[in-house]
Amino acid sequence: MSTREQVLGRIRRALADAPRGTAPARGAVDRDYLRVHGRRDAAQTADLLAENLADYRAIVHRATGEELPGRLAGLLAARGARRVVVPPGLPERWLSAVQDVERVADSAALTARELDAVDSVVTGCAVAIAETGTIVLDAGPDQGRRRITLVPDHHVVVVRVPEQVVDSVPQALERLDPVRPLTWISGPSATSDIELDRVEGVHGPRTLEVVLVTD
Amino acid sequence: MSGTYLGMPAFPVAAGEAVHNTTLRGNLRHATHTIRDKRARAVAELDDWQQLRAAGKQIKDDVLRHLDHYLVRLEEAVTAAGGTVHWAVDADEANRIVTDLVRATGETEVVKVKSMATQEIGLNEALAEAGISAYETDLAELIVQLGDDLPSHILVPAIHRNRSEIRDIFNEAMGRWGRPAPEGLSDSPAELAEAARLHLREKFLRAKVGISGANFMIAETGTLVVVESEGNGRMCLTLPETLISVVGIEKVLPSWQDLEVFLQLLPRSSTAERMNPYTSTWTGTTDEDGPRAFHLVLVDNGRTDTLADEVGRQALRCIRCSACLNVCPVYERAGGHAYGSAYPGPIGAILTPQLRGMDTAIDASLPYASSLCGACYEVCPVAIDIPEVLVHLRERVVQGGEVTRAGNRVTLRPAKGHAAERAAMRAARWTLDHPAALRAGQRLASRTRRFHPSRLPGPGKAWTDTRDVPSVPAESFRDWWRRTRGPGTAGAGNSSDSGSTESREGTK
Repeated sequence: MSTREQVLGRIRRALADAPRGTAPARGAVDRDYLRVHGRRDAAQTADLLAENLADYRAIVHRATGEELPGRLAGLLAARGARRVVVPPGLPERWLSAVQDVERVADSAALTARELDAVDSVVTGCAVAIAETGTIVLDAGPDQGRRRITLVPDHHVVVVRVPEQVVDSVPQALERLDPVRPLTWISGPSATSDIELDRVEGVHGPRTLEVVLVTD
Repeated sequence: MSGTYLGMPAFPVAAGEAVHNTTLRGNLRHATHTIRDKRARAVAELDDWQQLRAAGKQIKDDVLRHLDHYLVRLEEAVTAAGGTVHWAVDADEANRIVTDLVRATGETEVVKVKSMATQEIGLNEALAEAGISAYETDLAELIVQLGDDLPSHILVPAIHRNRSEIRDIFNEAMGRWGRPAPEGLSDSPAELAEAARLHLREKFLRAKVGISGANFMIAETGTLVVVESEGNGRMCLTLPETLISVVGIEKVLPSWQDLEVFLQLLPRSSTAERMNPYTSTWTGTTDEDGPRAFHLVLVDNGRTDTLADEVGRQALRCIRCSACLNVCPVYERAGGHAYGSAYPGPIGAILTPQLRGMDTAIDASLPYASSLCGACYEVCPVAIDIPEVLVHLRERVVQGGEVTRAGNRVTLRPAKGHAAERAAMRAARWTLDHPAALRAGQRLASRTRRFHPSRLPGPGKAWTDTRDVPSVPAESFRDWWRRTRGPGTAGAGNSSDSGSTESREGTK
């Protein structure tokens, strides 16, 4: 008997007391919990997102579409970034004002060691969750592979407001495709392992900057 | 290298030593009180906490009731997404599968993201025997590994260490494992975290094999989910060419939508955050992004035996949040090591004896590692009635009974140490069945009350080491009743009714 059959057989014997059909019953779960906590308009949702991101030590900026290229150039310059990794589908216009910075294109040939020598990464996102202050990346063309937002120490992410912002975790899951590799980010890398003192920056980016763009 | 838990003394012995360690008690008290207050605030933000908790319980109960169905679906979905599924009936088999998988890559080093299942099966030790070094990458796990120590908390494995102890461990041991600690390392958490970053980054950048656990596996889609804070999880899940995930079979969830419940319950219950800094999900393999080979090892190791117990199976609902540890007055004083398992605290007291059986002194003592205060049940996000299972397991220890071990029904014999308790209970039952004997005994006890010792001899000694023997009243209740209400009074229930009627009339 294979191990698989052994485990499945044990499960079936263990459940001999439990009356059950071959498939789970529908309606076994009451989903009477809330889809959203509180009532907000789009502007209030964006404010809550900004507030919760900042609460977890992300640095939040706001810009209009027109201001965005200048703002991104400013953020990279303020950081002294010389090499920036860029996902293949990042809108060309976003970095149009960036000067004197080497752009490293994300590709399968880019190794983790090479990424370690990069200062910053600029990406878009798939969705942002206001109630928890979370940015979700789904490796779409404007976000690139998972590793590019992991190894560099400085991550700038652009969130389009209001279309990419949802209120709650249930709303976010509805929008996401589980087949894509997802990375949920709530503030920069952090640890509380030493006397439960929160320290930002362990293995992931130490600095997370979020630009909320409204048109 | 982490040691194993083999040969641990029974809980009362280990706990007795731990409570005299004032540093340990100070570290634990500070940590558990900090996090329990924060958790209460995080939970209070959600008006629908009780509905979420009920849904979490129902989803997990449905999973357990149809576990075979969901595991087969999960296997199909993971395979379709490019992964390979392996089944392991026990720890040895799981270790063998993982060792063979690592050997097949030709590598002798692996990076690990904190996984309780691999701690439970002793994977690091098994890999070491095969000449493979496993590097723990979670900061707390690193502290434990470098200190040649054992984890003492589910979420904060080094909760028992303070900052200066951690600095000493880094200074002493980092150089032996790789990049040494920086010169003049202080004990500020920020500097210590930086030292860990530098030490581990070398390992991440050259790692070809990663080993992980998973918080959840979605049967519908074949998606695995890891919830973490530091980014070491992302490193292990993203950079290596081969990823091996070792996961207990109970971690499956039916559908993608179910995550909406658990991604709200887990972070708030565990780290007291609205959301943990990083959550990664992956479904099989993705071209040119992440590992090219993905293996999922599904581990039984006592879970199906636990499932066979109608009362005890609810322990398999556990999502390893550790909220129960942080509120437990016993854990706070005894520390995690006293539980002798990867799973300490209240959940460990019910999970460990079920996973391992109750043949050893430590496992037979764990159902007693509790004051039954019920705080653990109050905070449990999936409503595991830990006190109920504790009492149930105590009954098994004292009286024996039917249990399932390695898939077979066996009859457990009563534990030896409880002979005096059983004799006392038999005597009590006989006495209560014989009212005349009870009355005579009570009178005798009352008349001799001045001569009662304040500490008991024999088997009762341990109990009175920390408690006073209750004083015997001068007169038993029965005698008092007879004296004040007269000998003609009938049954207690009737007379009590008439008594209260009288008193009501008397107040008019």
